[in-house]
Amino acid sequence: MHFYEFEAKRILAKHGVAVPKGKLVGSAAEAASAAQELGGDVYVKAQVFGRNRGKAGGIKEASGAADAGKAAAAIIGTEICGAKVDRVLVEEKIAAETLFAINATYDAAAKRPVLVATDAGGKDLDDVNDETPERVKRRHLSLLGPVLPYRSKELAHDLGLSGSGLNRMTGVVTRLAEICRQYDLTHAEVNALALTSDGRLVALDAHMELEAEGRYRQKGIVEELGITDADTRGARAPTEWELEAIRIDEEDPRGLIGPAVDFDGDMGLVIGAGGGSITTFDAVKRLGGNPANYAALGGNPSVDKARRLTKLVLSKPKVNKICVISNVVSNTRADLVARGVIKGVLELGLDPAETITIFRVPGAWEADAAKILKKYNIDYCDRTVSISEAARRAVAKVYGE
Amino acid sequence: MGMFISVETDDTVIRKGNGLAKRLIEVCPVNIFAAGTDANSVAVVEDNVDECTLCDLCTQASPDGVRVVKLYD
Amino acid sequence: MAILLNEDFQFIVQGITGREAVNFTRECLEYGSKIVGGVTPGKGGRDVYGVPVFDTVREITESRRVDGSVITVPLAFAADAAIEAIDAGVKLIVIITEGITRLDAAMIVEYADYHGARVIGPNCLGVMVPNVCRFGSLGGPAVDVRKAFTPGNVGVMSRSGGMTTEICSTLTTNGLGQSTALSIGGDPVIGSTYADLMPLFEADPDTEAVVIYSEPGGSAEAELAKWVEDNNSRLPIIAFVSGRFMDDMPGMSFGHAGTVVNRKEDSPAEKIRRMGAAGIRVADQVGDIPDLVKEALKG
Ligand code: SF4
Repeated sequence: MHFYEFEAKRILAKHGVAVPKGKLVGSAAEAASAAQELGGDVYVKAQVFGRNRGKAGGIKEASGAADAGKAAAAIIGTEICGAKVDRVLVEEKIAAETLFAINATYDAAAKRPVLVATDAGGKDLDDVNDETPERVKRRHLSLLGPVLPYRSKELAHDLGLSGSGLNRMTGVVTRLAEICRQYDLTHAEVNALALTSDGRLVALDAHMELEAEGRYRQKGIVEELGITDADTRGARAPTEWELEAIRIDEEDPRGLIGPAVDFDGDMGLVIGAGGGSITTFDAVKRLGGNPANYAALGGNPSVDKARRLTKLVLSKPKVNKICVISNVVSNTRADLVARGVIKGVLELGLDPAETITIFRVPGAWEADAAKILKKYNIDYCDRTVSISEAARRAVAKVYGE
Repeated sequence: MGMFISVETDDTVIRKGNGLAKRLIEVCPVNIFAAGTDANSVAVVEDNVDECTLCDLCTQASPDGVRVVKLYD
Repeated sequence: MAILLNEDFQFIVQGITGREAVNFTRECLEYGSKIVGGVTPGKGGRDVYGVPVFDTVREITESRRVDGSVITVPLAFAADAAIEAIDAGVKLIVIITEGITRLDAAMIVEYADYHGARVIGPNCLGVMVPNVCRFGSLGGPAVDVRKAFTPGNVGVMSRSGGMTTEICSTLTTNGLGQSTALSIGGDPVIGSTYADLMPLFEADPDTEAVVIYSEPGGSAEAELAKWVEDNNSRLPIIAFVSGRFMDDMPGMSFGHAGTVVNRKEDSPAEKIRRMGAAGIRVADQVGDIPDLVKEALKG
């Protein structure tokens, strides 16, 4: 779950990292009065996720109330980085002598938390790393004790700082490492950390993301920021169809419908589990099929869950045929999936033999599944038919040979 | 009767078994048995019958009182 | 032989009385694995298919040799259970539990490193040496395991549990057995990556080729490519990369927690390019893997 800039800055301020004075507003008039209050030059910044906000016209400089109002009016209501802007942050403009970027995150190769820093801030750290790798410094951290400030100090030293600048940077970096750890963040990044002429360090921009897996134990901060449960913060807002899939999944704890994702195509997919579903989706697309959805059915689903997912997929207006494909299953049962899918099709008054283009779920209880499928004249295959071959047959049936 | 599975019970056998009705209700992982007209009988919950996992726990509890039939065999 | 396991390997199951654990405990026993104890706090004294249940890991390690532990405890207890096993001297830990944060995963792995223990997972199904030992929940019922896994000389590593079985089954169908198959886990931070496990396969005289299943997200494939280049590996590697459709869907996650394209190196296209540059053969489809392995084995 991504945090908006204003939320990330609230967290920073709470932990003693300086941020510019600013106000979150939802209209041009409010933006004007916020600029008035702040005085001097301001920035008006769209509150959307995405790293190219500035380039996309989501950040404007303004001088005075009227100007700030105009800037806000030009941003609010437009679409930036794929999202409609409804709020902007009006902030005092701070002049930087040097811009740093600091990221507290994880290094999956080392399997340790890592601090990444550069004195070429204001840009994406990955880009700095591509262009001038020598200007990117790193320190790994241990999780077997508290965050040790000396690691931050070494990093500050590597960045060429000395005197009080070094000590201040040590403090900011240590805070950032602690924030990352305390709130189960995948990264706590200040991508523009200004060193001002009077020696202050101020976080001009920040990115933070709470790991989905950590949300259950981070209710405190989520509540403090006023984020509701309905606010899923996916890459885009969930569709009605996706919400229905989530409901089906939650109403019956037996088995799991992985993420169900709405697509625009006409080929319905009832596909199995993590890796198998991705592999199947790939195969369908590569063979020219146009999937109507992604949905991974796994974790030993009940007959009823398979039935409801089948009906949901077939409820999409363009879909009149589905394929049922999975990798070799271990705990999921092929026979229960077969029962559920057939039930769903029959309840819609459709012919299973026509509607189910192929059934390829080898593994646990496959012999029983085979008997069921045979009874309803459904085209089924065993493990000797690969996922891609099964997908090929399905695509051929949906779109004609 | 479900679409795929049929579960039949013999009321007289189940009544004879001491606490058998209660045991059947307990063992079934998918709630196919519910309390019957009285404490010594069971009712088959037809809505759940197609969820039967063929685990045999009910037939082990009462080999003569319960019959689980695969309608696709 | 194989890597990590052998005929004498004996292990415990933490969380043995859970619904899925009961299931795979029976399946492992049927397959001939040696499970010498289980742990569920508060349920000490019971047994699961003849395997004695204890309240603590230490009770078991004090009375018998424990080579490994499979952890399937609920999420909130997973880190504690892993540390308990490491402190009791267990050196090989498979963590099946799903949904562990990267913070906890990194902490467990760091602790294991300090104690000379190895972690497989989290969010994995475990390790399989066909006909020798099944350590975890790979493959389902024993009859299905025998259909999918056969002894041979191909090492398999997969970020997806289900695809571990799928790939082994495809190899088996085409007359190619496996030396050791590992489901390494689908999370962003895992205990043993491809590059971590390669030296073990490299040193195993019975492994002649390695097949990997990979997904979008992370840099594990780039590290593998680098390992291959740096170590002049004797083993041909055949990779299958799923999720090519995710190349144009940045920020969205499908299937496993680790599958998300945030940066260039996360994308399947870049992974294929990087591995190809290191001489790793990339299969377009799972069905192409056996032929590529046979070709590689011919030299
Ligand atoms: S076989 Fe198992 S699931 Fe089916 S009715 Fe009997 S107890 Fe219930």
